[in-house]
Amino acid sequence: MSDLSPQARRGPSQRNVEIGVASATALFGIVVMIGSIQAGINWGAEGPRAGFFPFYIGLAIVISSVINLASAFREITREELFADWGQLRSVLSVVIPTAIYVATMPYLGIYLTSMLLIATFMLWLGRYPWGMIIAVALGVPALTYMTFERWFLVPLPKGPIEYWLGL
Amino acid sequence: MLEDVSSLFHGFGVALQPYNLGLMVLGIVLGVIIGVLPGLGGANGIAILLPLTFSMPPTSAIIMLSCIYWGALFAGAITSVLFNIPGEPWSVATTFDGHPMAQQGKAGEALTAAFTSSFIGALFAVIVITLVAPLVATFALQFGPAEQFSVYFLAFCSFVGMSKEPPFKTVVSMMIGFALAAVGLDSMTGQLRLTFGFTPLLTGFDFLIAVIGLFGIGEILLSMEEGLRFRGKAAGINPKVVWQTWKELPSYWMTSLRSCLIGCWMGISPAGATPASFMSYGIAKRVSKRGHNFGKGEIEGVVAPETAAHAAGTSALLPMLSLGVPGSPTAAVLLGGLLIWGLQPGPLLFVEQKDFVWGLIASMYLGNLVGLVIVLTMVPLFAAILRIPFSIIAPIILVICAIGAFTVHNSTFDVILMLVFGVVGYVMKKCDYPLAPMVLAIVLGDKAEENFRQSLLASQGSLGIFWSNALVSSIMALGLIALFWPMISNGIARLRGTVPSQA
Repeated sequence: MSDLSPQARRGPSQRNVEIGVASATALFGIVVMIGSIQAGINWGAEGPRAGFFPFYIGLAIVISSVINLASAFREITREELFADWGQLRSVLSVVIPTAIYVATMPYLGIYLTSMLLIATFMLWLGRYPWGMIIAVALGVPALTYMTFERWFLVPLPKGPIEYWLGL
Repeated sequence: MLEDVSSLFHGFGVALQPYNLGLMVLGIVLGVIIGVLPGLGGANGIAILLPLTFSMPPTSAIIMLSCIYWGALFAGAITSVLFNIPGEPWSVATTFDGHPMAQQGKAGEALTAAFTSSFIGALFAVIVITLVAPLVATFALQFGPAEQFSVYFLAFCSFVGMSKEPPFKTVVSMMIGFALAAVGLDSMTGQLRLTFGFTPLLTGFDFLIAVIGLFGIGEILLSMEEGLRFRGKAAGINPKVVWQTWKELPSYWMTSLRSCLIGCWMGISPAGATPASFMSYGIAKRVSKRGHNFGKGEIEGVVAPETAAHAAGTSALLPMLSLGVPGSPTAAVLLGGLLIWGLQPGPLLFVEQKDFVWGLIASMYLGNLVGLVIVLTMVPLFAAILRIPFSIIAPIILVICAIGAFTVHNSTFDVILMLVFGVVGYVMKKCDYPLAPMVLAIVLGDKAEENFRQSLLASQGSLGIFWSNALVSSIMALGLIALFWPMISNGIARLRGTVPSQA
């Protein structure tokens, strides 16, 4: 937590984020309603059709979102911060490597990507000595392999290296 | 009644088998570890480990998973007392007096009081489950689709009425859950819906992915934003301290009993452990003669919230077992587990799966006892886990979450979905949207919809079926009261001429 006064901190305002979230949920509700209409919202030979129930769910989302939107405009002051840029940077420093991690997993397998993820974090956020980084980055996937593939017989995604090693 | 007692003893026989006893100890230890780590709570810890249990017999699986839950409940106290960081939301109230006690060098007393109160709260709730659940189940056997829907209605209305978040945010969160549950194959007509031609959506959204993302990844992002740094107090527990604290505790029996009752009530209605712990703390502070000392390290201030939180966490399993309506996200994950193992949660469980139900109930007694012994003896070890720097723990937790998400359906698309849920969960949490109703709606959505449509089929589309007999009308009426409770209580306060605390 920063002990600077609110004026000194900069970042997106709570108000704008809340407005954004309420708009996004409203949009989601509309998408649900459209999808329901495509599936049919009236009664068929077999009773209420597939879109019947989700249509009203979508409607409820839209109505409630509009109310939330109105209260975001009315109740939240412009000064209140969602988070300052520094905090958001730390959040992104997790989101971005994780996004790369999950995006490459289908191609490289879970073991290699996990090693890279752990090593990146320890190097970037912790600045640990290399010996320790290598120990943790190799140890965790190795332990995972033993637990899941050997003891519980649950296969995990593998990439070219695992096939090359014949695991 | 007598039959239930013999079933319970049979259950003890099942739970005491060496294999199950071993899983119990393993579950508790894993649960405590999960509970002390940020980003791995009871709900998503169980969600991650659920796929590992697919090959086990269901009774053994549920024993291990419920023990993880007890372990996580116990663990909340460790982080609150020693580090002033509530590992779980329901242990926030424990930090008020627990951490000051640790600062005064009385960490051992605070932890002993917390663990023992947890145990007593849980024991009380298990006794309530043993006595009440079979009755509720017998009663619920007569439920038709309309009655079943009205029970869901009541559960979801209580969420809206009781949560501290703005009601329309709760509604949005819940309805998004229902919408996500609807995606994919419609179970009644066999028709596809809401997939927009996107192949991975054919199977719909799995609630386990949502739980791992919302609670696991979301929590890590929140911890990152707060710049987490652990500065903990040393944990010293020795038999002498434990014994002395135990001698002191019986004098708080009134606080304990009150907290047990609050906890059970809040746990059965889906308000959950967090409000229960706050309410119990607040009332104890007002009623106790040492109330002025609360917040400065008063042992009674540890007893009250811990007892209530554990009682609520345990009694949340009562509606799950007897009605098929979980009282908390963790109970919802366990319910999802039952479905995966091919068991139908709800009243029929007590008739068709006696071994399973009573084995589970017996394991609740034993698991909490085993848990108490484990946490009392192993606190320093668990505290040491918390001292591992966040920059090492965070990527390991991310990897564990990814493995958990993958193993649900062996799908890498689910892992991507998990990250999306994580970011959404972070933003929603920051904007005061509650996450628990969303998870519950994803789990119960299909069932609720099915019952709703079956009721309408029976009545040719008239909503009157939900008011067609005394039973269903009274449950629906209770639901409406719960839904509008904030307005009703406001109205009562105004009638009495007192100004409500918050307009």
